[in-house]
Amino acid sequence: MIDLLTSPISVSHYMVVGALLFVTGVICMATKRNALGVLMGVELVLNGANINFVAFGSRYFRTESLGLDGQLIALFVIVLAAAEAAVALAIALNFYNSHATIDIDRADDLRG
Amino acid sequence: MLLIAAINWHSFFFLLFALVTCGFALGVLFSSNIVRMAFYLTIALGTTSGLFILAGAHFVGAMQLMIYVGGTLVLLIFGVMLTAHEGAVLMKTRAGDWVVAVIAGGSLLALLISAAVSIPTWRSNEVTPADLTADDSHSTSSVGLALIGVRTDIATEKDATLRRGLSGYLLAFEIVSVHLLVVLVGAAYLARAKQRLATTGDV
Repeated sequence: MIDLLTSPISVSHYMVVGALLFVTGVICMATKRNALGVLMGVELVLNGANINFVAFGSRYFRTESLGLDGQLIALFVIVLAAAEAAVALAIALNFYNSHATIDIDRADDLRG
Repeated sequence: MLLIAAINWHSFFFLLFALVTCGFALGVLFSSNIVRMAFYLTIALGTTSGLFILAGAHFVGAMQLMIYVGGTLVLLIFGVMLTAHEGAVLMKTRAGDWVVAVIAGGSLLALLISAAVSIPTWRSNEVTPADLTADDSHSTSSVGLALIGVRTDIATEKDATLRRGLSGYLLAFEIVSVHLLVVLVGAAYLARAKQRLATTGDV
């Protein structure tokens, strides 16, 4: 623990944080019954990926980094996440209007 | 006193933000109250912007705060408010789902972390402050120019293969802009207030 505080951080540190956000997001998507909880899981997954992009694009950790490309791709991910959230929320509200619930287990109209 | 002098403050603030981010992300996972989950997610994504700024991506960190925390999450919280009724706020996950999810998620996490620490050049940091120039931390104008198609950061690159990305991100930027417009119009159309056909039974 003391070693963590005194030594400089590296890409691996960022990747561990990104991996944790990714895994919590995936478990959120798989286990939450509320459709908005699933959406929050998607946001966590996208942020975990973004942390990796930014860490590999940073010149603070490696001499051969992705450079500006990492930051630019992270920006595109943020914008696409905003678009995705808007559409998913519209679908969730539509579902709520027609079924009077937000429980995704009740969304089985297409079951054969 | 000696200990405080030995602390690498960059690492200290990284650990602070990383612990808060991970803690609140786990809070999102283990809470079953949707309102608390929304609050925890706000904190987790807000401190993620601190991690971006500590990696030198100031513009991305600011956009994370403005677009994600200020836009996407507010939208999500509106969704929580519009759908919160009796029984929707507290939706517990079944115990069987938890067991499978924790086993699968734990093994995925172990795999990802072992992959992250297995490569020596990722694990060690050879960059000293003397290697860095002011351009490495002031990337905002370079990011803006790259979005309109001018790559100032690699324009002086001699090697032709490394100069391939010189065209920048103008096309991707335009596609994303039009995509955002279409998506927002579509979302407004999807979520518009409809005449409920509740009197006739099914909708």
